[in-house]
Amino acid sequence: MALLQISEPGMSTEPHQHRLAVGIDLGTTNSLVATVRNGVPQCLQDDEGKTLLPSIVHYLPDGHIAVGRKAQAALAIDPRNTIASVKRFMGRGLKDVSHVETMPYDFVDAEGMVRLRTVQGVKSPVEVSAEILRDLRIRAERSLGGELTGAVITVPAYFDDAQRQATKDAARLAGLNVLRLLNEPTAAAIAYGLENASEGVYAVYDLGGGTFDISILRLSRGVFEVVATNGDASLGGDDFDHRLFCWMLENASISLPSDRDSRRLLIKAREVKERLTLDESVPVRMTLESGDEVDLVVHRDVFVDITRNLVSKTLKPVRKALRDAGLEPGDVKGVVMVGGATRMPHVQQMVGEFFGQPPLTNLDPDTVVAIGAAMQANVLAGNRAAEEEWLLLDVIPLSLGIETMGGLVEKIIPRNATIPTARAQDFTTFKDGQTAMVCHVVQGERELVSACRSLARFELRGIPPMVAGAARIRVTFQVDADGLLSVSAREQTTGIEARVEVKPSYGLADHEIADMLKSGFEHARDDMEARSLKEQQVEAERVLEATERALLADSGLLDAAERAALDAAMGALRDAAAGQDVRTIKIQLENFNRASNEFASRRMDKSIRGALAGHKIEDLRL
Amino acid sequence: MAVTLSEKAANHIGNFLAKRGKGVGIRLGVRTSGCSGMAYKLEFADEVTSDDVVFESHGLKVLIDPKSLPYMDGTELDFVREGLNEGFKFNNPNVKGECGCGESFTV
Repeated sequence: MALLQISEPGMSTEPHQHRLAVGIDLGTTNSLVATVRNGVPQCLQDDEGKTLLPSIVHYLPDGHIAVGRKAQAALAIDPRNTIASVKRFMGRGLKDVSHVETMPYDFVDAEGMVRLRTVQGVKSPVEVSAEILRDLRIRAERSLGGELTGAVITVPAYFDDAQRQATKDAARLAGLNVLRLLNEPTAAAIAYGLENASEGVYAVYDLGGGTFDISILRLSRGVFEVVATNGDASLGGDDFDHRLFCWMLENASISLPSDRDSRRLLIKAREVKERLTLDESVPVRMTLESGDEVDLVVHRDVFVDITRNLVSKTLKPVRKALRDAGLEPGDVKGVVMVGGATRMPHVQQMVGEFFGQPPLTNLDPDTVVAIGAAMQANVLAGNRAAEEEWLLLDVIPLSLGIETMGGLVEKIIPRNATIPTARAQDFTTFKDGQTAMVCHVVQGERELVSACRSLARFELRGIPPMVAGAARIRVTFQVDADGLLSVSAREQTTGIEARVEVKPSYGLADHEIADMLKSGFEHARDDMEARSLKEQQVEAERVLEATERALLADSGLLDAAERAALDAAMGALRDAAAGQDVRTIKIQLENFNRASNEFASRRMDKSIRGALAGHKIEDLRL
Repeated sequence: MAVTLSEKAANHIGNFLAKRGKGVGIRLGVRTSGCSGMAYKLEFADEVTSDDVVFESHGLKVLIDPKSLPYMDGTELDFVREGLNEGFKFNNPNVKGECGCGESFTV
């Protein structure tokens, strides 16, 4: 019979309608799945009682696919078909991947995303990730006894649109319904219940097996905003093992051990590192295949000495992130520790000293991200009572807008708007009889299109011909909960519509976002001036064009001298508009308005006469 | 009339309540729904209402509304592990038939 779980008061589900939701930490080195059961968030174990699934996929010649520990065993034997750390390739082109030459894979450069040639054919990183996610989904369904309603999957805060989309695609391929993608540091903060804490700035220090990430989050009104991220993509717990391994070789006077001996020693080094978290000293006794004896005692002091500069190395990106955010270490209200390597006492101590406060360490740093994701999934699946409901929101890092006449950006969604969001703005045609409009979607803080990043471009065709300014075209920007943008343009009278999903093949790296923000601040004044110049130029062009049209139709209303004066004013305005001086254009615009005033009023009289012709005065209600 | 918890179930419930940080006990009940007529209700209880019938089992409060009690009299709530899955199971002597999955039942 089905096994039941305890629900929140009043939240019992109908039979066969359990809202099973999980959180998945899809990591570079290891992945985990967690859920909230009986009100308690917990990680789900595999058949062997292990929660960590190594993020490794092995494609075998017979068509089988091994995932996790089984695949890990194949790393040394069949490296070309055993894909590890695939997260580094998600949504990335070949030229974006660093150290390609040192990797054992057969890369195929493809448009948008790199591919890997394996014995089972060419695989995209999305497919490889999907194998990991599928393994976790099956584990979850067996553990929870039913199909999953949905999953929250975590991604690094610096993941761009392409990487997020790739993660979502992988989840769909694995048969998971993605409730939301959640930033990893935000998930860790949720696990610590910080969304209920006082508002302020929090730091998430994530030292994993092979990567280091620091994120600075600002909590306000229950919303976490990622204000800065930084890190080191090739620094992690493995480097600590390696230092200890080298120390052991040196002190046991072993040079050039065989591959097998190296592997055994490296495994031993990791074990010693882990034991030193609790013990002051750990003895190492091993007989190597070469016959060499290792008989050493590793004291914690020694380990700290040889690895201290690795910890210092992590503090550099931390300083950078704080500087980007314009903050001092003392401004941080709490520091969350993520990743197994943060168990090392000297890591905690040095991070504590840096921030001037002990970091939060009471949750398991290996599982804290998955736990936070599970808590979020539980809410999104509707397993909590309405009054308790908290919906966690993320924000968009850079403003989104559209190009208007003169290469200016009209911002539709401002930076830091919480997502999901949808905003619309009405635009109109610039020329008489204009039947098409190009929508150019851009991202950035600057006022000119050329200084922002172009995301997409699409055309709305079939606008009925009207005089300039009469058409109403509503442009709607929609950003879903995962930060993915879709833009639609709709002509209001006919209902014709065009839309685009923004899936840039390459998104922005975090430092690019930071640079764009900074340049937005630094160039605020230039931008303002550039904007007013462009506005005046566009206005001049509009006025000149309208006048030329009017002259074509009604040139008879002017005598030769009047015509010459008007032509002169137009010429002066045209010259001014070609220049770069806002004031000159303004003055010429005013001059021109005066010069054309008489002509305009004569045209007005003429058209009124035309409209009134044939009507008696008493027919008109005035 | 009584409803009891197995020792295992009591241990787990005590644990869950402690981690949840609030709650006076658990609430059991039946609802008329499901493919076989009745379905169990198993929830945390944050307060005892005046109608509740309260049993004590292994030091924990088990609350049942009086209408559900006749369907559940003599039931023991157990906690079991089946493969990777684990959860609560009602051993209810009143049940005459269950649907295939056992989530709903008839008396």
